[in-house]
Amino acid sequence: MTSDTSIGTASRRVRSRRHGRSRIPLALLIPAVIGLAFLVMPLAGLLIRTPWATLPQRLAEPGILTALGLSLQTATLATVLCILFGVPLAWLLARAEFPGRRLVRALVTVPLVLPPVVGGVALLLVFGRRGLIGSWLDATFGITLPFTTAGVVLAEAFVAMPFLVIAVEGALRGADSRYEEAAATLGATRWATFTRVTLPLVAPGIAAGAVLCWARALGEFGATITFAGNFPGRTQTMPLAVYLALETDLQAAIVLSLILLTVSVAILAALRDKWIASP
Amino acid sequence: MSASPASALDAHIKVGLGGFDLDINLTVAAGQVVALLGPNGAGKTTALRALAGLRPLSGGHIRLQGDTLDDPDGNVFTPPEKRPIGVVFQDYLLFPHLSALDNVAFGPRRHGMAKAEARALAARWLDRMGLAEFVGRKPRHLSGGQAQRVALARALAVNPALLLLDEPLAALDARTRVDTRAELHHHLHDHPGATLIVTHDPLDAMMLADHLVVIEDGAIVQQGDAQTVTARPRTDYIARLVGLNLYQGTATATAVALPGGFILTTAQTHSGQVFVAFPPAAVSLHQNRPEGSPRNTWQATITGVHRHGDNLRIQLGGPLTTAADITPAAAAQLHLTPGQQIWAAVKATETHAYPAE
Repeated sequence: MTSDTSIGTASRRVRSRRHGRSRIPLALLIPAVIGLAFLVMPLAGLLIRTPWATLPQRLAEPGILTALGLSLQTATLATVLCILFGVPLAWLLARAEFPGRRLVRALVTVPLVLPPVVGGVALLLVFGRRGLIGSWLDATFGITLPFTTAGVVLAEAFVAMPFLVIAVEGALRGADSRYEEAAATLGATRWATFTRVTLPLVAPGIAAGAVLCWARALGEFGATITFAGNFPGRTQTMPLAVYLALETDLQAAIVLSLILLTVSVAILAALRDKWIASP
Repeated sequence: MSASPASALDAHIKVGLGGFDLDINLTVAAGQVVALLGPNGAGKTTALRALAGLRPLSGGHIRLQGDTLDDPDGNVFTPPEKRPIGVVFQDYLLFPHLSALDNVAFGPRRHGMAKAEARALAARWLDRMGLAEFVGRKPRHLSGGQAQRVALARALAVNPALLLLDEPLAALDARTRVDTRAELHHHLHDHPGATLIVTHDPLDAMMLADHLVVIEDGAIVQQGDAQTVTARPRTDYIARLVGLNLYQGTATATAVALPGGFILTTAQTHSGQVFVAFPPAAVSLHQNRPEGSPRNTWQATITGVHRHGDNLRIQLGGPLTTAADITPAAAAQLHLTPGQQIWAAVKATETHAYPAE
């Protein structure tokens, strides 16, 4: 016991001396603290200016819940779409050899750098009533996408999918492809290998990509307002509601922002514990 | 070349590698265990990958039980999932997300067996491997030796006509290796199909296989049973592996002239190209030129001193590059230090000469 204690003290002493020796350089510490403050202060400001006294009444306003519900719904649907099409796309980029793969990868990342409003305009040109595909959808099936809830999902998916594709492609590249060879020697076809071996191996990567994708879809503003408009109950998501409220009622805008902040942080935290924690 | 009916595997493997081409003939009979032995980079793993279908041949053919699996000239290529071949990979590659049981059941499931049936089969295999209590464990909770046996069970559970093992014991520590090697020997000899082991470890090859095929730089340099290969090595690589000093020269009766001009006296009479081999323990070291019975003596320079078991292994330069094993007591008496000049002697009766052709 005594010896244990003395060892403990000794090692602590060593550690503290080490700590003293490897002090963090101020040249790094100061900008790091400024950076952190820059990221945290607006959030703190939001909390400080929140009208806490009237908060319960404001939360009960029907418009808020409608916008929140629509946001969660469309962001989730957009994420599902992104997984459905983005995971196979990521697999193709990571595993298949084909000419022009670099070009395809570059194209996939275009929505990342494209201003969302431009994305919305581009979507209108393709899926709008007179658009390349939109006119055909309208004529053949009577489906119109712009200014509908489906349009919101489409706009969010367009902006958010690169996040998923990039995350999943990275996970696939990091995963040892020899497991797939082992599966092949055990009689697994390429499809069986994909579903039984590859997908489970990169599941954490897909989850991380999906969370990024969902968060991006939840915050989507530019492409949504351009392609889907701003109709309460149909296409008015939380970010649109915040923007609109800002022009008329600052307090309402703060409350909406607070809700969006709380919901996204809560869901991200929950998912992080459940899915993204290392296995 | 035609396949003899007794051989399960009849392969002529030609694959272009960076610096050289792999070009070897391999036949393995059903129930036979063949070891493909060679230094790193000799092309062993490439041969295994070609047999498994993970790398196409550039020439030659692979026939298994009469079916052609790969034949570039005939435009035949059977993908890995369609070959009746099981592979135990060097680091096992057990699927980390599946339990030991589901790892073993994976192959039977892919071959169309119902889930319950496949799991029952997997449980029987793990039981045979002495792993009944570990069926539910994920690979990361298995020891190296256990993982090795799960990998073997997984490969055998698909009842392969050809079982391939890539350095099956290389990932294990020395202690586990001895036990696992004995067990592996037992399981391999129960396997009714053909077995090919790829290894750079001569001990693994000799303990596990009936027949050794030694390759260097993509070509077969020697093959035969363990006794023949170890008694009559034909390359420096094998001589080093089995711990022999090996020289090639031209024999006239009992005198063998080596390329450097040195003449070794042997006990046997030969003529033409021969190999001469003798163990390091046959070399004695002396301060002064030894006299007496018919022996080879030469002046050498010590280039290295290492521990070797209970003895010291002395590396000698000079007219012959030789390893000598002496006791620490003898070494102390001789005050051996690298760079020192010393007399080496080998009795003619302790050398072993055999024809090179």
